[in-house]
Amino acid sequence: MSMDTVFRALADASRRQLLDRLHNKNGQTLGGLCEGLAMSRQAVTKHLAILEEANLVATKRQGREKLHFINPVPINDIAERWIGKFERGRLAALSNLKRKLEREE
Amino acid sequence: MSTKFVYVTYIRTTPQKLWDALTKSEFIKQYWFNMTQESEWKVGASWKMLFSDGRVADQGEIVEIEPPRRVVFRWSNQFREELKAEGVAICTYEIERDGELCKLTVLHEIAAEPSKFIEAVSTGWPKILSSLKSLLETGTPLPRPADTPAH
Repeated sequence: MSMDTVFRALADASRRQLLDRLHNKNGQTLGGLCEGLAMSRQAVTKHLAILEEANLVATKRQGREKLHFINPVPINDIAERWIGKFERGRLAALSNLKRKLEREE
Repeated sequence: MSTKFVYVTYIRTTPQKLWDALTKSEFIKQYWFNMTQESEWKVGASWKMLFSDGRVADQGEIVEIEPPRRVVFRWSNQFREELKAEGVAICTYEIERDGELCKLTVLHEIAAEPSKFIEAVSTGWPKILSSLKSLLETGTPLPRPADTPAH
């Protein structure tokens, strides 16, 4: 689950469109996601597999249906990686906590 | 009908360590941005989410539990009237080993549709799970994001 996989998955307008659709209405079936799209069902299936591989889409079975959910956790990880760096003020408190945790190990 | 949200994160740790991180108050406090939870984590036991000053933020009870793999609990908001009015949500944690990683799935579901409750927790879960991942993998949780209220 590397960041490369996430960026590669995001580097395609069709896949971002699918994420937009899930962001708009979460928990959709393949059929629902295909509705009104110019993409073929096979293309949508392929794009969803890449999004799932990158952990940007999570699926859950509900009876006979497979529902797709947008999973924002990897995007949050990317944001934290760079944005979090600028919150210098909290670093002292964190290093104290880290020392405390490491003693407990 | 219902509104639900699924969050998945992969963490380099063991199911037991992840289980402890999700169920032990002292551990929760370290990555949940100063909030914590209290429960005996057995079927029928009460479950509470507490602000750092001890006020109850959310409460419910344990419905199903199978350590260190799965827990289902009822969750009702106690501090925002419009969320409380939507009734009880169901939260499920599932832990699966995936090679040297653990796959953690959090499923949050409520009967209301659309749901302000799900909207509210949707911004929180990714931050909490990223913080949990950082803590387990590096020993350091994330700082509280600027847009997360301190309560």
